Order: sequence, then structure tokens, then C-alpha cells
Amino acid sequence: MTTKLPEPRTHERRHPPQRTRRATLAARENRAGLAFVSPTFIVVLAVVVLPIAWTVLLAFQRVRLVDIQTTGLFGNWTLDNFAQVFLSPGFWTSLWTTLAYTVGTTAGSIALGLVAALALRRPFRGRSLLRGSMLLPFVAPVVAMAFVWEVMLSPEYGIVNEWGARYLGWDAPIAFLSQRTAELEILGLSIPIPVALLTVIAFESWRYFPFAFLFLLARLQAVPSGIEEAAMVDGATPLQRFRHILLPQLMPVLALLGVLRFIMSFNKFDDVYLLTGGGAGTEVVAVRVYDFLTARFDVGAAAAQALVLAVVLMVLLGVYFRFFAAKVQEETQ
Amino acid sequence: MTRAQLEDRILGVLRWVVIAFLAVITLFPFYYMLMLSVRPIDSLLLDPGRIWVSTTEFTIETYRAVLTSTEEGGQGFLRLLRNSALVSLGTVVLTLLAAIPGSYAVSRLRFFGGRKVSTLFLALYLFPATLLAVPLFVIFAKIGLQGSLVGLAIVYIAQTVPVSIYMLRNYFATIPKSIEEAAALDGCSRLAIITRVILPLATPSLMATGLYIFMISWNEFLFALLFLAADPEVWTVSLGLQQLAGGIEVPKTVLMAGSVVLTLPVVLLFYLAERMLTEGLTTGADKS
Repeated sequence: MTTKLPEPRTHERRHPPQRTRRATLAARENRAGLAFVSPTFIVVLAVVVLPIAWTVLLAFQRVRLVDIQTTGLFGNWTLDNFAQVFLSPGFWTSLWTTLAYTVGTTAGSIALGLVAALALRRPFRGRSLLRGSMLLPFVAPVVAMAFVWEVMLSPEYGIVNEWGARYLGWDAPIAFLSQRTAELEILGLSIPIPVALLTVIAFESWRYFPFAFLFLLARLQAVPSGIEEAAMVDGATPLQRFRHILLPQLMPVLALLGVLRFIMSFNKFDDVYLLTGGGAGTEVVAVRVYDFLTARFDVGAAAAQALVLAVVLMVLLGVYFRFFAAKVQEETQ
Repeated sequence: MTRAQLEDRILGVLRWVVIAFLAVITLFPFYYMLMLSVRPIDSLLLDPGRIWVSTTEFTIETYRAVLTSTEEGGQGFLRLLRNSALVSLGTVVLTLLAAIPGSYAVSRLRFFGGRKVSTLFLALYLFPATLLAVPLFVIFAKIGLQGSLVGLAIVYIAQTVPVSIYMLRNYFATIPKSIEEAAALDGCSRLAIITRVILPLATPSLMATGLYIFMISWNEFLFALLFLAADPEVWTVSLGLQQLAGGIEVPKTVLMAGSVVLTLPVVLLFYLAERMLTEGLTTGADKS
């Protein structure tokens, strides 16, 4: 730690060696820093930044996988891919689906994580065991979890439909993963419910609530007990204590989780692909990108859609940071 | 009864209801998977609502079907397990090698452009896998690395390096600087300080980060699907299971056995190192 005070000239003249020594120390630290950061920097450049830069180039070219050997990096610029993307109605639908899916899973996983963190806040017998078990959906492989849910929700041999019919009196089994909408009659109004979309949202919320739970529990346990005790002495009810003491303390973590979960689910591919294959009104943009790439071998259109998805995400995050920047920054520092 | 007492009582009951609910939704799917994997398929079809397995029908035939090699008529999951292990361990080593120097530099040293690089590392979270999938798919098709486990491990670095830098950086920041200064006074070079002082001190964090990387790459599905789908020899367990489900009609109970085989290594590792892992992930997240 060096404090910068304006030094008198005489001082400087009297101790010239010290001054050069300090300068070389800083220079050496600078060199060491650059030396240590460059391997990581080069790897990041090679496996993340350059491929993404290439996606941008590909999005502006008419490229199919068959002619990939002959296409160069540049040339044949065109906006066709974007025209194709924006003009096809399927894209706009999938963008809306992506947005609904993202908002739903972000809210769902954080809400469930918060409830879980509050419930497991105080110690009880078996808490650490339960805490460990509650992280299972998060650490278990997505392929296995998707299959378990598929079997559980199956209309033919799934336990959910079986028990629904037996104990809840369902008239007919519900095809959770292949039914686009169901009409719900409430007060003479029939409201369409997007069944499959809600199911994939529930799955994703289930799989990622442990992530929110982990961070919120860690933060809750760092809240000094003094403030809460003081509020209790003053007669604040549990709900008031939560609203006025805990929630403000949790806000930065909640904001950070919100951003992280939003980014992650906005680009999510495997959960939706494994559960529904993008059918029954669950086609998110990431699944569409995959389909263009592997079914149509249309590299250019796939790149263009991925790029549009990334730009939409950036715009949304830009808007968010304009309004909530302070809170998130506080947390990430 | 005052409002505070009333709330206390209601929330006291509600807390146990919530705890029970959470225990059920997190544990039941795993129990269900395990239970179905040792039941014959006709038993499931006859009585789908039953959640226990009777001793008379208990079978491990499903596991045999999944684990025996393809030559002997099984699904050859042992080879897939080996593939997954190779890719995951390779990814752990490669990612740690790539992430350690950078996260040390960013958390410890002042250098020209340090803040910008630090921001770039943070921004890695923003780069979505879908954006990477297209060019990597093309590159790999072009240079013929498609169907190579080494190639897949290299691709996985892109998935694991952001989290690794985050976890390591947070941990390095908690090691007192004075220890390094003492070592420097004793004549240690910067490299010696890192290898002899910092890395031994950071062992818990290295283990936690390594484990997390292992889990990410063991569980990964999209890139395995993009790069390996053509060649069953190099499938990972995740990919093998998905292909098994999508192919010819395979009994669901066999699929569940495959799911157990896929899940078990990760869950065992997780229980062995749960505390370390959770602390590694949340270091720096719980400060006020």
C-alpha cells in the first residue's frame, strides 16, 4: 500500500535510489502481471472470443455446411440470413417463447430458492444432510433428469398421471410434454394454458433453484444476528423482520442471481431439447439454432439467429443495468 | 395472542411443511429413477402408481443390458463411462492450467490493462453456448477433429473457464498478501511463490474448482451431441443415453438404469466433497 503524497523536491533529490527502486518494483509487477495473464488470455481468445467473432462473420455470409471447405473467412457478404430470420414468423414466435421461458424460470428458480433458504436458515436435526440433498437437481446430469421427468409425467405409465387420476380425480391423463394448450374454465371464462411450456419452465426452475438457494443461504447466514434481535425486541413480527431487515440485505444477491439466471436460461438449449424437442409451443431460439445447423446444415442462418439472440440479450441487460447497476455492481466487486 | 405470536406459530408450522415439500421434490425423482431401474418393465406397465419394488420382482437385468458391451448384445455403457471420464479429467486439467495464471494475475497484480482483462473474464458469462456452437461446429468439421475426445475437451474449456476464473479469483483474494511478501523477502521468485506458497494454500479451492469443472463436463450434452453423434465409439454417457432413448424401442426401465449409471459418479463425488464445493462456489458472495 503506497499513499501518494506530494513529496518535496528536496526529498526526492535526497533519496534517488529509493525512487528508482519503487519504479522498477512497479514495472516488475507490471511485467509479471502481463506474463501471468497472457496464457489465460490467449486460451480465452482462442476458445471463446475468436469463435464468436467468426459467428458474426458467418451470419453475414451465405454458407452451408457442404461448401464450408471452399468458403474463406471473408467475401460474399449478404444480409439474406437476417432477412430470412426476421421474415420467418417462426422466429418471432420462438423469440417470445424464449422470453416467456426465461422470465418464468428465472422467477421460479429464485422464488423457490428463497423459500428454501428461509426454511433451512435455522439449524435442525438433519439440516446439513437435507441441504446437500437439495443441491442434487443442480449437480445431476441434465440428460438423466430429463428422462426421469419424462417417465414421471408420461400419460401412459407416469406416476404423476396415475396418482392424479387416483387421488385427484383427473378425468383424463395430461400429456404434460406434448400438449400445447389446455382450456381452463374459471367463472365461465375459458383460459388457454400453455401446458408444455409451463412444464419445461417447472423443470428448469426445479433444476436451478438449488443454485439460488446456495447463494441466498450463504448470504442469510452472514446477516448479523444483532439487527434482527433488536427488531424482535421492538416487537416486529416475523414478516416485518423479513420485509424490512432481511430483504434489503438479500437484495444485492437477488439482483445478481436474477442477472445470472436470466443470461443462463435465455440461451438454454439442452433442457428444452431433451424434454420436448422444441415441440408443442416450446421452441426456444437456441433449439431453432440447433435445428438450422444440424437438420438444414444452414450455417449462415443458424449464425444469424444465434447473433440476434445474443443482441437481444445484450439490449435487455443494457436496460437492466441502467436501472439496477448500483446493486449488481455492489455484489460483483 | 399478538400478531407476532400468531405469525410465529403459522410460520413455524409452514416451515416444516416447506421443508417436507422440498425434501420430496428433490429426493423423489432420484428415488423413482433408482426404483424403476430394478423393476421389470411389465411390472411398471401393470402398476405405474406403485412406488416400491417387491423382492420377488427385483432385477438387475436392466443394468446388465446397459453395461455389457455391444458385441455381447448390451449397450456398452462401460466404454461410454470411460469416454466421459477421459473427457472430464482432461477438461479439469486443461481448464485449471488455463485459468490459474490469469486468475492469480487478476486478483493479485497491478498491470497495464489488468482491469480490462478482468472485465473480459467477467463478461465470459455473457457469451452463450449457442453462439459458440456454430463456429466450433464449422471449425471442427473443417479440421477434421469431429469425433475426437481431445477436441471435445478443448471445446469444454469455453464452458468451464468462466466459473473457474470466478472461483479461483475469489479464493486467491482471501490469501493474505503478507505471506507472499515474506516469501519474496526469502528470495522466492514470483513463479516459486505461486507454486510453493499460493497453490498449496489454495488446495481447497483448486479441489472445489476441479470438481465443479468435472461435473460440468460430465453432464454436458450439447457439444457432445454436435461433435460426437456420428461415431458411437466415442460417445459420452450423456450422449449414449440420449441416443439410446431416441433409437429403437428400449424399455424405460433400461433407460432408468442408464440414468442411474450416468448420475451415480457425479452424485457420489458431490457427497464426498459437498462442503468444499458449496464453499468454493459461494466464496465472496456472502459478504455484506
